Amino acid sequence: MALELKQSEFEIERDKNKCISCEVCVRQCSNDVHEYDSDQDTLYSDNSKCVGCRRCETLCPTGALKIRNREDQFKTNYNWTSSHLSNIYRQADSGGVLLTGMGSDRAHTVYWDHILFNAAQVTNPSIDPLREPMEIRTFIGRKPERLDFEINRNKDSKESLKDTNIKLKTKVPPQLDLSTPIMFSAMSYGSVSLNVCKSLAAAASEFGTYYNTGEGGLHKDLYGYAKNTIVQVASGRYGVDVDYLNKGAAVEIKIGQGAKPGIGGHLPGEKVTGDISNTRMIPEGTDAISPAPHHDIYSIEDLAQLIYALKEATNWLKPVGVKVSAVHNIAPIASGIVRAGADFVTIDGLRGGTGAAPQIIRDNVGIPIELAIASVDERLREEGIRYRSSIIAAGSIRSSADVIKAIALGADAVYIGTAALVAIGCHLCQKCYTGKCNWGIATQDPYLTKRLNPEIGTRKLLNLLRGWSLEIKEMLGGAGINAIESLKSNREHLRGINLNDRELAVLGIKHAGEAW
Amino acid sequence: MKKKDDSMRLSIDAKNLGYRELNLKIRNFLNGSGRGNDIGYEGNGDNCSREVTIKNALGHRYIGDGLKGDALINVYGTPGNDLGAFMDGPTLEIFGNGQDGIGNTMNSGKIIVHGDVGDILGYSMRGGEIYIEKSIGFRGGIHMKSYREKVPVLVIGGSAGNFLGEYMAGGIIILLGLHKREKAALPFAGKTDIIGNYTGTGMHGGKIYVRGNIEDYKLGKEVRKSVAGKDDLDLLDRYVTAYCSLFNIDRKKIPVSSFLKLIPCSYRPYGKLYAY
Ligand code: SF4
Ligand code: SF4
Repeated sequence: MALELKQSEFEIERDKNKCISCEVCVRQCSNDVHEYDSDQDTLYSDNSKCVGCRRCETLCPTGALKIRNREDQFKTNYNWTSSHLSNIYRQADSGGVLLTGMGSDRAHTVYWDHILFNAAQVTNPSIDPLREPMEIRTFIGRKPERLDFEINRNKDSKESLKDTNIKLKTKVPPQLDLSTPIMFSAMSYGSVSLNVCKSLAAAASEFGTYYNTGEGGLHKDLYGYAKNTIVQVASGRYGVDVDYLNKGAAVEIKIGQGAKPGIGGHLPGEKVTGDISNTRMIPEGTDAISPAPHHDIYSIEDLAQLIYALKEATNWLKPVGVKVSAVHNIAPIASGIVRAGADFVTIDGLRGGTGAAPQIIRDNVGIPIELAIASVDERLREEGIRYRSSIIAAGSIRSSADVIKAIALGADAVYIGTAALVAIGCHLCQKCYTGKCNWGIATQDPYLTKRLNPEIGTRKLLNLLRGWSLEIKEMLGGAGINAIESLKSNREHLRGINLNDRELAVLGIKHAGEAW
Repeated sequence: MKKKDDSMRLSIDAKNLGYRELNLKIRNFLNGSGRGNDIGYEGNGDNCSREVTIKNALGHRYIGDGLKGDALINVYGTPGNDLGAFMDGPTLEIFGNGQDGIGNTMNSGKIIVHGDVGDILGYSMRGGEIYIEKSIGFRGGIHMKSYREKVPVLVIGGSAGNFLGEYMAGGIIILLGLHKREKAALPFAGKTDIIGNYTGTGMHGGKIYVRGNIEDYKLGKEVRKSVAGKDDLDLLDRYVTAYCSLFNIDRKKIPVSSFLKLIPCSYRPYGKLYAY
């Protein structure tokens, strides 16, 4: 009953003069858009099936293809937008919940773009990072409230300092040691291909940072990267056993995710194939249903119980953290999580990515990460418990500038997910949930997954980490700071632009132009 | 079982110990090491014939948490929450009542409780067996799942509160309905009820066997009644016999023919939820 006007989102232009009928586009498109007609020796394209992933355009050897966004799909209407109309048509057909992939593409305010970073001039000198050491090493975990030292001074000695033996008496809880304040966020094997997991794991381990298994268990091919692995424990407890917990460098309890706060996840049975069934430890072909809450956690006290159960199971050797989505009451929630004993709190903002989420939730539930970091950091400081947990910010960190702003707002480190996938080829077509990713990322189809060579993937990710780290050092040096630790929650280095008083107050920053 | 020499046994009085100290003592002994915190789960399988007896348990949490190997741990008193969480092998026998979260995400091993237990028994359990002599609280067996040779089993002698087997994805729950609780302690009305409301909500795998009949309104909409077949009777016979011998109950009192079987209506309850 296709009465409604279903228009394609994209228009494919093929320059007949350039096309050599090599059929690369036919082979590359998993959505069967292009078709070769041998009688006519011509290629045809079906616009309506195109998802705009730009794979064919990128690989066409003669540059004959152009994928264009189609404007004015329907009569222009600022209220009833094209996307509202086409969603209603889709739902009237199917009666289902609309799925989508990746982070929200709605025009929510991106606060990063309304925050400007500082630089030193005259009154304190800037530092040249190429000439002077810049410290961006970051430790994630509970810090002691105070440090006690044992000082043994040799009384006879004149040179008192030289002959003094100073030992740290305080036992420092387990820490993750990051060479840069950037980690790869949770992406499960199942939501992405094993080649993606390998790229992330290898890059994290080579650069000296961490990647996160997501809730899909740990594939045996990744055991070698255990030291740089954060293992996740979600409500479905997929792939979680005591060996898994002890393999990781840290454990993260997943309560929520920015793209879908408050709801669980379903990996449909069709996607639970051989290897994925093994790592998740469930039979092949069964739905992997993660209930919305952990049914053993209905309160902060219950959360504390799981945190300490995990510490016991891992012999108190690993930091145990908690990941939540940024929601309206994030500040008191984070305070509760810290008091429950979490060594780090991961906060995932409104624009955070996902392999699959109901579109209505992704686009309408939660708050932007910038506001969440500021209010959580503020609250924890007020309550005098900020030192007890590190804060990891996630949910659309797009550049090193976002990283440095996140840290100046109060985060210890960031997680990047989408940015890492873009580095290895993702073109943000947002169709991850279909399992037909033409870039070989969000798919398990062997024909597609081999498009991502894990060695090349690793190199690209290493380059990204290197580039961002260099930029962070440049910006730090420019502001006259030589250690990232001194920037943490140092909001005097931030100014807002085009923000109203409430927004500035929540962010805890002055407006551009306002000096001390 | 071969009689153990004394070096393979340890008795601990938990009275003046915190849970961390107690669990550390147990771990160190099972690892055959006296080293401080430097104990690993890896070592726990090596000394499998060791036996630990804990006296005066007073709500100590996490006993048996994450232990491997097949040690035997006897607990006298009342152990605290998350008993046997993430456990992978050992046998815990509790001579007293248990609290909440027993067998949380347990992988293998056995837990026997001579008494009643609290809520969230066997949450997300993947393997092993749990025998409760009397009754359990709310949310028993939520999200239990089976995998390959692993089939988790809960045998409950008395009654069970609301949400039994919610989201259940695999495994077996057997409810015998003996030892009815005091009326005041019952989480649901009626003297004859052995099961609470919302049983099997969201269930998409596994089986629940209930002795006697239960009213339809107690079932979640994803679960239905079915008749026990030959395989079911064999299975019931095996576990009921085990239960009876553990708790000294006359096997003849519990004929396997008296059980009702509950199974999911669909193994894909959420298959048609989405529009692509
Ligand atoms: S879906 Fe991707 S590969 Fe296929 S036609 Fe569109 S842009 Fe090209
Ligand atoms: S991962 Fe693949 S499917 Fe998902 S947005 Fe990127 S290119 Fe598209």
